[in-house]
Amino acid sequence: MAVTEIKFGGFGGQGIILAGMIVGKAAALYDNKEATLTQAFGPEARGSACSAQVVVSDSRILYPYVHRPHIMMLMSQDAYTRFSPELAKGGTLVIEEDLVNPVPLPEGAVVYKAPATRIAEELGRRMVLNIVMVGFFASVTKLLSAEAVRKAVQDSVPKGTIDLNLKAFDRGFEWGKKIAN
Amino acid sequence: MAADPTGVLTGQHYLDGNHAACEGALAAGCRFASGYPITPSTEIVERIAARLPRMGGMFIQMEDEIAASITLQGAVWGGKKALTVTSGPGFSLMMEHIGLAAMTECPCVFIDVQRGGPSTGLPTLPGQGDMMQARWGSHGDYEIIALCPESPQECFDTTIEAFNLAEQWRVPVMVMMDECVGHMTERVIIPSADKLSVLDRRWTTKKPGEYRPFDVGADLVPDMAKAGDGHRLFVTGLTHDERGYPVMNHKAQEKLVRRLVDKIRLNADKIAHYEEDQIDGAEVVVISYGITARVAQRGVQIARDKGVKVGTMRLIVVWPFPETRIRELAQKTRAFVVPELNYGQMSLEVERVAAGKVPTVLVPHGGGEVHDPEVIAEAIIKAARSVS
Repeated sequence: MAVTEIKFGGFGGQGIILAGMIVGKAAALYDNKEATLTQAFGPEARGSACSAQVVVSDSRILYPYVHRPHIMMLMSQDAYTRFSPELAKGGTLVIEEDLVNPVPLPEGAVVYKAPATRIAEELGRRMVLNIVMVGFFASVTKLLSAEAVRKAVQDSVPKGTIDLNLKAFDRGFEWGKKIAN
Repeated sequence: MAADPTGVLTGQHYLDGNHAACEGALAAGCRFASGYPITPSTEIVERIAARLPRMGGMFIQMEDEIAASITLQGAVWGGKKALTVTSGPGFSLMMEHIGLAAMTECPCVFIDVQRGGPSTGLPTLPGQGDMMQARWGSHGDYEIIALCPESPQECFDTTIEAFNLAEQWRVPVMVMMDECVGHMTERVIIPSADKLSVLDRRWTTKKPGEYRPFDVGADLVPDMAKAGDGHRLFVTGLTHDERGYPVMNHKAQEKLVRRLVDKIRLNADKIAHYEEDQIDGAEVVVISYGITARVAQRGVQIARDKGVKVGTMRLIVVWPFPETRIRELAQKTRAFVVPELNYGQMSLEVERVAAGKVPTVLVPHGGGEVHDPEVIAEAIIKAARSVS
């Protein structure tokens, strides 16, 4: 496998960095790959568009930053406007469909949409929206094994919320399978 | 000896370089830290402040970096292994006390997570502009040891190495990280305590009355006594004799300062730590350190794909500078290429040691991001063409 560059975008407070952390951890600890996470650090990040970047590779990662992501997971319109032009040609967009209207669409982009906020609300906690999206991401991108990502969710979320977050992951994953059929 | 298991977080983790450096310090036996938090090093202080009290240690947030850099030395003389953490602006404030640590031979560790400078510069973005400051920042003649990690795993490993070197040679040791390595998250494997090699302090075996604080043996490094254990102990930043008492003349100066310098210079080959790849037959050798060494690897791959024979030397210990090996390389290769996130610091050392035998090509970058690997590749290809 060549190097896969991924960018996670949304607004501060949505759990974007945690989503990136889970995917990176799944790859590096549970899926026998290399994964480097970097995040945009800056005084401007809080409340506005924020992002996490993950490089996943089968061999050692030399260059840590993401410039032309192959996959983007976006959870706010502001993040879509700012980041989607960076998508590599023919890249994959994974979006929250009630929060992002994917217009204009980058050339050749493949779009996967999930109503992750509504799913999270059905589970009783809107907060787990990011984990629904991580499940959806795992399902449609097939970059990592579902077990690896599920395990990374399990040991990245606060104790006492593990069951809820695993449910959120499973619901997002199922949504991905459903739209594939 | 093996590490104290209470400080070793054995397992596979997904950690950033700052958290990994903190775990390295704890694994090495650090039980005291003082600091004045500063971006991009704050995560080290946050974690160590939370972790130390749970293992009988202590963290004190001081009023500024000047205080932080002397507080840790008090802890060392009281018998602890100690650390302080900062970034460029704080590192500048610590210089006076780094000189004191060198003069009193206080084994302690300073971590500088470098950001773009000068002054407050770029708080959240990387730089490698403090490399000469680490070596020469305090006044007078002295030697220190400095290391440069290239990944979170190496932040863990080199922090342990830093503590071991501090104890062995009794100098302040600098871990010269950068924002990129500090904030980058990767797999970090922490072995079990019995697999880690940790050096204890060189405690004197002499009885009170026989012991003199600055008597030395063949390696030129004195053994230590713990304040309060009954030994007569006098420590001063003034030029001093073997008893530690101030002596104000050129003979005492020659004896003491010569030894402070010689204990590192004469042992530089023992302290040296670097990695090399494909040196044999290389037209160009790329010498680099820290995050830049990693990005340069990509540039080297591009140049090799275009048919250039490139070797690499990655410095892990940057000070003392590995003069012996670079002098040898200057006989084997035809050019050195030195990328770094500054406008020429370690490249000056390479140039000095190469002594005109082969050209040294600096690939400068002011910081704020890392090099574009293509730019490094171009510099390698150009250097190869100009000498072929």
